[in-house]
Amino acid sequence: MTLIDLANPTRFLALSARVLPWLAAATVILLTIGLYQSAYAPDDYQQGATVKIMFIHVPNAWLSMFVWGVMSVASLGTLVWRHPLADVAAKAAAPIGASFTFLALLTGSLWGRPMWGTYWEWDARLTSVLILFLMYLGLMALWRAVEDPSRAARAAAVLTLVGAINLPIIKFSVDWWNTLHQPASVMRMGGSTLDKAFLIPLLVMAVAFTLLFVTLHIAAMRNEILRRRVRSLQMMQASRIAFSSDVGTGSRQENASKGAA
Amino acid sequence: MTALAALIRRDIRIALRVGGGALIGVLFFLTVVVLMPFAVGPDLAQLARLGPAILWLGALLASLLTLDRLFMADHEDGSLDLITMSRTPLELACAAKALAHWLAAGLPLIVATPVLGLLLNLDMVATGAVALTLLVGTPALTFTGMIGAALAVTLHRGGLLMAVLVLPLSIPVLIFGVAASQAAITGPLSFGAPFSILCALSLVSLVIGPFAAAASLKHGLD
Amino acid sequence: MMISLGPYASFIVTSYAAAAIVVAILIGWVVLDYRNQTQRLRELDRSGVTRRSGRSAVDTP
Repeated sequence: MTLIDLANPTRFLALSARVLPWLAAATVILLTIGLYQSAYAPDDYQQGATVKIMFIHVPNAWLSMFVWGVMSVASLGTLVWRHPLADVAAKAAAPIGASFTFLALLTGSLWGRPMWGTYWEWDARLTSVLILFLMYLGLMALWRAVEDPSRAARAAAVLTLVGAINLPIIKFSVDWWNTLHQPASVMRMGGSTLDKAFLIPLLVMAVAFTLLFVTLHIAAMRNEILRRRVRSLQMMQASRIAFSSDVGTGSRQENASKGAA
Repeated sequence: MTALAALIRRDIRIALRVGGGALIGVLFFLTVVVLMPFAVGPDLAQLARLGPAILWLGALLASLLTLDRLFMADHEDGSLDLITMSRTPLELACAAKALAHWLAAGLPLIVATPVLGLLLNLDMVATGAVALTLLVGTPALTFTGMIGAALAVTLHRGGLLMAVLVLPLSIPVLIFGVAASQAAITGPLSFGAPFSILCALSLVSLVIGPFAAAASLKHGLD
Repeated sequence: MMISLGPYASFIVTSYAAAAIVVAILIGWVVLDYRNQTQRLRELDRSGVTRRSGRSAVDTP
C-alpha cells in the first residue's frame, strides 16, 4: 500500500473500507483500557482528583497540534506533489482538529477553575491553544467561503503552511508575554517529573485519541470523496438539462424567425 | 530592477491620487484613537498608561483594512495578470507592491503618531518609542497582511474573511510592539530585547510574506 | 467500586461528559454525512446520470 495506490479515490474507498472496522475496534479497545486506567489512577498529592482531567486535556491538546501537522503535510501534497487526495485530507481534518482544540480549551478551563479560582486565566498554554482554535475556525471559514473545492484547497494550503510556520512564533511570543505579565505560572507539570502511575494512562489515552482521530479522519475523507462525486454528477446532470433546454430555445427562436419571415 | 522601481512608483502614485485609499487609513487611525477615550473614560493618567496599546491597535487595524485592496484593484483592471506573466519573479513583484503600500499607507500612520500621542497624554519619550516601534513593526503587518490580500483576490472574497485569517498571525507583532513601547516608558524591562525581537519578526515576515503571497497568486489565479 | 472524585467531582465529570458529547457529535456527523452522500449518489444513479468511467456511482465498498 503506497501513496501512489492511494492516489486513486476509488482504490482509496475500497482500501479504507477494509481498514476502517479494524481501526474503529482498536480505538474502542484502547479507549476502554485508557478510561479504566485513568479512573483508577491515584490522586495527585497537590491537585487531588482533578488530575483526572489531565487524561483528556493533554491528549486533546496534543491532537490540536498534531492535526495541524497532518494538514500541513496534506497542504504540501496539494501545492508541491499535487496528490489528488491531499486536499480531501486537508479539508476533512479541519473540523475534527477544531473539535479537539475546543475540547482542549474546555477541559483546560474546567481544570483551571479549581486551581486558579477562575474559568479563564490568560495562561500561556491556554492562550496559545485559543489562538490555534481561532486559526482553525478561520481555516474552516475559508473552506466554506468558496464553492469550487480545488480553488479553496490551494488557498487553504497556503494558509495552513503559513500557519504552521507562524505557530511556533506565536507560541514563543505568548510565552514571553505571559512571563512579562504573570511571573508565577500556576500550572507546572514537566513531562519528566510525571509519576509512572499518571504517565501510563496518559500515554494510553493519547494513543487512543490519536487512533480516534485517524478513524474519524479516514471516514470523513471517504465522505468528502463521495461529496465531490455527487457534485460532479450533479453538474453533469445540470449541464445535460441546460443543453436540452438550449436546444428547446434554439428551435423556438427558429420558429420565431420563421414567423417574422 | 527598473521594472520593480516602476511598479513601486506606479503603486504609490495610484495610492495617493484621488480615489486611492492610502490617506483614508490615517483618517481611520485618527478616528479609532479618538473613539478610545469615550470607551475607557477621559482620565489622562489612565490614557497615558493605555496609550501605546491604543496606538498599536489602531495602527494594526488601519494597516489591515487598507490592505484589502492591495491586489484587488490590479486584478480588476487586468494588470495583475501582466505582473504574474512578466519576467520579474512574482515574489519580488509582491515584495515591491507591499513596499509601495507601506510607503503610501504605513508611513503616514507613523507621521500621525505624535499628534495622536498628544491626544493620549503621552510625553515625548513615550511618543518617540511608539513611533519607533511602529516604524519597525508596521512592515511586518503589511507583509503578513499581504498574504491575506493575495488569498482574498484568489477567492474573490475580501473584508472580514481576510481580517479573520490575518489577525491571529499578527499577534506576535502586537505583543512585542506594545511590550517594547511600554518598556521604554515605564518598564523595568530593557527596551532592547523586545525591540530586537520585533525587528526579527519584521525580517521574517519580509521573507515569508512575498513567498506565500506569490504561491497563493500562482496557484489561485486562473 | 465507587471512585471518589473529591470536592471537584462536578468539574471532572463535566469535562469527561463534554469530551464524550463532542466525540459523539463527530461520529454522528461522519455517519449521517456518509448516509446522505450515498443516498444522493443512489438517487443520481437511478435518474440515469453515470460517471465518465461508466461505472456505477454507488460503489459498494
